[in-house]
Amino acid sequence: MQWEIVIGLEVHAQLSTSSKIFSGASTAFGAEPNTQACAVDLALPGVLPVLNRGAVERAIRFGLAVGAHIAQRSVFSRKNYFYPDLPKGYQISQFDLPIIGQGSLTIQVPTTTTGQTYKKVVRLTRAHLEEDAGKSLHEDFHGMTGIDLNRAGTPLLEIVSEPDMRSAAEAVSYAKMLHTLVRWIGICDGNMQEGSFRCDANVSVRRPGAELGTRREIKNLNSFRFLQQAIEYEAQWQIDTLENGGTIHQATVLFDSDKGETRAMRSKEDANDYRYFPDPDLLPLAIDNEWIEQVRGTLPELPLSKQARYIADLGLSVYDADTLTSSREMADFFEATLNEAPKEAKLCANWLMGDVSASLNREDRDITQCPISPQQLGGMLKRIADGTISNFAAKEVFKILWSNGGNPDTIIETKGLKQMSDVGAMEAMVDEIITANPVQVAEYRCGKEKVFGFFVGLAMKASKGKANPAQMNEILKRKLAG
Amino acid sequence: MLNSSLLQLGAALRSKKISSVELTQLYLHRIAALNSKLNAYITVNEEMSLVQARAADAQLAQSETHALTGIPIAQKDIFCAMGWRTTCGSKMLSNFIAPYDAHVIEQFNRVGAVNLGKTNMDEFAMGSSNETSYFGTVKNPWGHNAVPGGSSGGSAAAVSAHLCAAATGTDTGGSIRQPAALCGISGLKPTYGVVSRYGMIAFASSLDQAGPMAHSAEDLALLLNVMAGFDERDSTSLQRETEDYARDLNKPLNGLRIGLPKEFFAAGLSADVAQAIEASIAEYKKLGASVVDINLPNSRLSIPVYYVLAPAEASSNLSRYDGVRYGYRAPEYTNLADMYEKSRAQGFGEEVKRRIMIGTYVLSHGYYDAYYLQAQKIRRLIAQDFVEAFKQCDVIMGPTTPTTAFNLGEKNDDPVQMYLSDIYTIAVNLAGLPGMSIPAGFGGNGLPVGLQIIGNYFDEARMLNVAHQYQQVTDWHTRTPQHIEV
Repeated sequence: MQWEIVIGLEVHAQLSTSSKIFSGASTAFGAEPNTQACAVDLALPGVLPVLNRGAVERAIRFGLAVGAHIAQRSVFSRKNYFYPDLPKGYQISQFDLPIIGQGSLTIQVPTTTTGQTYKKVVRLTRAHLEEDAGKSLHEDFHGMTGIDLNRAGTPLLEIVSEPDMRSAAEAVSYAKMLHTLVRWIGICDGNMQEGSFRCDANVSVRRPGAELGTRREIKNLNSFRFLQQAIEYEAQWQIDTLENGGTIHQATVLFDSDKGETRAMRSKEDANDYRYFPDPDLLPLAIDNEWIEQVRGTLPELPLSKQARYIADLGLSVYDADTLTSSREMADFFEATLNEAPKEAKLCANWLMGDVSASLNREDRDITQCPISPQQLGGMLKRIADGTISNFAAKEVFKILWSNGGNPDTIIETKGLKQMSDVGAMEAMVDEIITANPVQVAEYRCGKEKVFGFFVGLAMKASKGKANPAQMNEILKRKLAG
Repeated sequence: MLNSSLLQLGAALRSKKISSVELTQLYLHRIAALNSKLNAYITVNEEMSLVQARAADAQLAQSETHALTGIPIAQKDIFCAMGWRTTCGSKMLSNFIAPYDAHVIEQFNRVGAVNLGKTNMDEFAMGSSNETSYFGTVKNPWGHNAVPGGSSGGSAAAVSAHLCAAATGTDTGGSIRQPAALCGISGLKPTYGVVSRYGMIAFASSLDQAGPMAHSAEDLALLLNVMAGFDERDSTSLQRETEDYARDLNKPLNGLRIGLPKEFFAAGLSADVAQAIEASIAEYKKLGASVVDINLPNSRLSIPVYYVLAPAEASSNLSRYDGVRYGYRAPEYTNLADMYEKSRAQGFGEEVKRRIMIGTYVLSHGYYDAYYLQAQKIRRLIAQDFVEAFKQCDVIMGPTTPTTAFNLGEKNDDPVQMYLSDIYTIAVNLAGLPGMSIPAGFGGNGLPVGLQIIGNYFDEARMLNVAHQYQQVTDWHTRTPQHIEV
């Protein structure tokens, strides 16, 4: 009998404010321990939290981007528990009245068998603002624990989905789409190694059509690979357990990436009673329409809208549109390049997804670190489009631009890469090639058409790549025919 | 000199009849002589006070100065003052030196007032008799077997015994008004949000409010002018135009409508207090006021509501005292949980622990709706009672406390009896209204009686006017305890 896997994700996105959510201390990553913790972050007696407007604005941006309801009034609550890296003994979070209500996210899920993708809409339950805790460092302190409160008070947006995903692949697609989106709208740097984007996965299994099974929550997955592995392992473990007559108990589990297993951390029975109540130090958060509209005015065009436009207006394929909108930086680069070489969308897309991406990958760079600017790339593509240079010569120009920079037109000029369109000169070259290769000519004339490529290669080489390929092909065909 | 008002002291300083250093030393000598009996101060630091006094003298010598420049003020030990030990009356913070100034401290520093020392208080402001202080009980200057009230008992005793020119207090359920009443001084709790809570160690955040304690309404007005004001570091601080709280002191009271809640004159009020209050009402009638009977039907629920909400907030506010970063840590423990348990068990006193337990309970899963939410609903009803009442009157008056000061130890075994001593003051905090207490005579035992004046929101200037006019025709506020030499 079949099993259906049911997954809901809770994502903690660290918001890209320069100061903390309730204090003026810096949020920059990597400083010396406890140098970015002020009196408020240390929870000294008498200090009070003051809400960072920038964090609220980022939450509104997110709400607008996922078409969610933005609460005109939301409330900060205290989540009470003791831990050394939680200085106040409570975390300020939002509980029953979050800032962002229901929304949705459309994801593209790759299929393993056909290599194709399918679309799916994942519903978002809510998103709320909260502060991060500090870090407990258990190594290097000889039986003691070191506490670093630099991270304490860093703003987080916790984004909660409905249990709408049915496979690890769907969960990963959702997480990736969310990851793209939060960077796209500029609310989170998405750095998973530094913990700026962390996933908790709620996993359960059931017979299709049955009630939801008991879920277990896998905490703190900080890479897409771990997310995939952890869900796959956990789902299989639950299926095996049930098939062997066991039952699933609600629990929080950790994923051991070395062993590739999930392991129970605590059961529901010993879950904390967090004693949530509204934080009396903070007034309810009021957001008026004016603020929402002001934020809406600064929101960039979103990936889905861009994709649709690329397909409808620029004639790109779904795959191209999808790839070019994988990040806002990529889309911006594409559009800036297209701006230089208008009407050449497909050419721009091919070069970006081809030579540019390959070169970036080789040097382990991302698009923001591309040594060639969109203006340079577009300038070069413009010359391919107007026939000044061949694709072959363009590869040469690209190499020079990549390593030395410069103006594409100057490079074409100084390196003599202009396409040859002197028919007489090309005919002379072809005559020479025919004379020098009688065996191949004979083969061709006996019907071995494959040999044509051999002649093309020789001709391009002879012209140092400058020959207009279409013209050269025409001359070759004519002369070879005898 | 010691019987002078703040304005008179200021004038003496400006006319060089006395220097701030001399005035500060005068008080420091009195503290040295009397504090061993009264225990009004937890921390005195002559050198730090004199540094401020010398700076004030330099200021007085040159430029235009503020009315309070150079005047020694006692600060309740709930306000963080940079470089000063700030204990909040607790063993938990007995070693805590504040690294920053509370807003209230900054405001006094800004005008060049002198911090004379940190006054004793109930531990974390939880108490009505000052007996929960880790630093020992405070004696009421009017009778050394009597409590001074609490939680601002040290400030009240210090003002009463002239161990300072004036003092600050905080009031969560009556902690300024009740000790002011029991020690025969004047004290004002402003509207919630008028004085910033930044740097004031939190007990119950939605109720805590700082205010002045002094000999007269006129002094209170001067002090409130310094303490009040918007502070962006406190999200509950109110952004309002600056006002001069002394502006209406001299207005006549003709036509003033005084509301008398029948609930404040019912069973439980001792006869001598009732008599003194009735006499003061009669005095107000002579001043041109009229009296209307009003009802505050839900005020009878204020003690149960308060003892749900205040402990709930406190249980969370006091979680930061965990022995990890500062404050008391148990000397021996086996693991993290044990360190928390021992540090908190040893660092907190009985009353604090009782309230943490109550607060934790009422916020627990399954009890939250029945206790916390229900209490919040009733809190709104109590506030609504006042809204209705102020349609019929300008100020509300009644006794501040049901009895004069009780004896030390008298109510220690019965917390509920102790809680009932705040029965007339708590509703004011729940509603966020301003309230004050002024001396209004003496009970049968010779101990002071306080008259409570409750105003509408932001009506402090009118309340001070009402109090000041009374103090122009009575002399209760000028009386000095007989054991205290002036």
